[in-house]
Amino acid sequence: MYKNELIGSQTGLLFDAAECIGCGNCYNACKEENHLPRTNKDFLKDHLSNNTYTVVEEYGDKYARKMCMHCVEPTCVSVCPVGAFEKTELGPVIYDAEKCIGCRYCMQACPHNIPRYEWSSTSPRVRKCILCYKRLKEGRITACAEACPVEATLCGKLTDLIAEAKRRIKENPGKYYPVIYGLEEAGGSNVLIISPVPFEQLGYSSKVPKERMPDFTSRAMEKIPTVVSVGGIFLTGMYWLTKRKNQIAMERKALSENENKESK
Amino acid sequence: MKIKRVNKIKFTFWKAVSILIAVIGIYSLIMRFTKGLGATTHLNDHVPWGLWIGFDFIGVGLAAAGFTIAATAHIFNNHKYESIARPAILTAFIGYMMVVALLVIDLGKPENFWHPLVMWNVHSVMFEITWCVICYSTVLTIEFAPVLLEKFKLVKIQKLVKKITIPVIICGVLFSTLHQSSFGSLYLIVPAKVYPLWYSSYLPLHFFISCIAAGLSMIIFESYLCARAFNRGLNISILSGLAKGVLTAILTGAVLKFADIASEGKIPLLFSQVPETYAFWFEIIVGTVVPVIILTNHKWKVNRTGLYFASIFAISGFILNRMNVCVTSLVQSSGQHYRPSFEEISITLFLVLAAMIAFKLTVENFQVFEKEERYSNLVSSKHEILSKNLVFNKQNEC
Repeated sequence: MYKNELIGSQTGLLFDAAECIGCGNCYNACKEENHLPRTNKDFLKDHLSNNTYTVVEEYGDKYARKMCMHCVEPTCVSVCPVGAFEKTELGPVIYDAEKCIGCRYCMQACPHNIPRYEWSSTSPRVRKCILCYKRLKEGRITACAEACPVEATLCGKLTDLIAEAKRRIKENPGKYYPVIYGLEEAGGSNVLIISPVPFEQLGYSSKVPKERMPDFTSRAMEKIPTVVSVGGIFLTGMYWLTKRKNQIAMERKALSENENKESK
Repeated sequence: MKIKRVNKIKFTFWKAVSILIAVIGIYSLIMRFTKGLGATTHLNDHVPWGLWIGFDFIGVGLAAAGFTIAATAHIFNNHKYESIARPAILTAFIGYMMVVALLVIDLGKPENFWHPLVMWNVHSVMFEITWCVICYSTVLTIEFAPVLLEKFKLVKIQKLVKKITIPVIICGVLFSTLHQSSFGSLYLIVPAKVYPLWYSSYLPLHFFISCIAAGLSMIIFESYLCARAFNRGLNISILSGLAKGVLTAILTGAVLKFADIASEGKIPLLFSQVPETYAFWFEIIVGTVVPVIILTNHKWKVNRTGLYFASIFAISGFILNRMNVCVTSLVQSSGQHYRPSFEEISITLFLVLAAMIAFKLTVENFQVFEKEERYSNLVSSKHEILSKNLVFNKQNEC
């Protein structure tokens, strides 16, 4: 499945929209774990913000969680000019506010529109889910997965999660839309989603390219050495050529003037 | 006496406007740094980039003549253009200073602006742009140094600078090529967000070609205004040469753009009834169709007023293009209609004003325009004076 076996052993999340009952335990656990203030009386009406890293959205009788997807090849990591984002070996994409200069390219570039900003601060930070990196390092699972009462959010090894998602789809014919969201989106992510309906109906964008996002930039960036070397040689050559051309023209002019004088 | 009074009123009016812009701009700046970006801009989580980023694109693009003219005059040894190399380099230098200032104001953590120098991420387009802008600003400083050294008669340093001029100019052309196109590369990574009429894997190339047209137009525009303000003559042969460059760049850009749209199967989008289509066609008409009509007309293309208007249209079209790429094209995907805030606009205006004053002061105190040129072409300056007198006489009669 993954080119690199290490990725398969990374930690990820599986969200099963068919199992989710919309209780909001994950939402509250996330707030508690990250010491975030309350932002809305009704958690179903809340949206992602600098104080909310995950939300549960209501679509008729179905519920959908939104949060950082922790891409395998994260766009934010590739676009950040100072390397404030890092894809850790464990799986989470984490952020270092000390490095950040606040250019907000990560927000502009994220294919899932996840990063949020502390707009009201004079020293703002980018805020998003970091997959409970601290807990994972201690060998624990994420707060949201721990709080889920119905196995709608699972935390575990990516290969196990994919196997579980496939098992659920296979063993419950007709219950699921037969695709795992996040397996290919933006080149794959550590957060995977299965759903009873097409993902677009639950607010997951179907427009996200199936390619690794950093490739879009690297295709242009890899031409830089060629531009520099060919350009440098071309310009130096042109300088020398045109200078010589002007020189010859001057000499010819001088020569013809001399001839004119002599003939006179 | 009456003439003097007319002059004075005009002068104080613009002075008053300038002071007003400066006061409001400084106030907005204080607000931006004390209250934060959220309170002073209309940016939000869905529109993280706005007017300021667009203006950075515009400023850098309009400063592009700095490298094209330097290359034409000193690398391709086309000495005809040497007389406008200094104004072009000065424009570029001031333009870049303005852009750097605006970039720092736009940063969420301006105090960390130096981080890209020590914290590297070579995969980031933003990182590459930062470095190119820093390097090119250094190049511009060296390119403009002779003007200052001449004034203060620092002969030794002058000689040293002269020795390294050619390699420095070559580096300048390379740095410019890279970052001018990289502003387009910034959007390569958001194929799903940019409206398809503007998204293209050739965005860097489109940005590069359009900046050449814009930069040269800016020099035509500036030369015309300076000729009027400082009562100098205009060298039509140079301006016509520049105009040829503008025309070539605009046509090449247009052919590439439409070939690109056609090859991607986006032609139906050119006729679909959405605001993006109108914005696109407005940009094309202003920035491509009108300048091409003017610059292919055998009468207008050698006429100073014709060239002046062609340059205004080319510059406007360029501004529309950059604002379309960084604002209009993202409206649909973000679902938000961004309008710049009062503070965003006033700070931008303040920086433009500062740039104009810096340009004026430098031109007045240093030899940016060549001496011979200042007094050559007397016919046109005489004509200028005559027409001015006529205007004043008319005013007096009234």
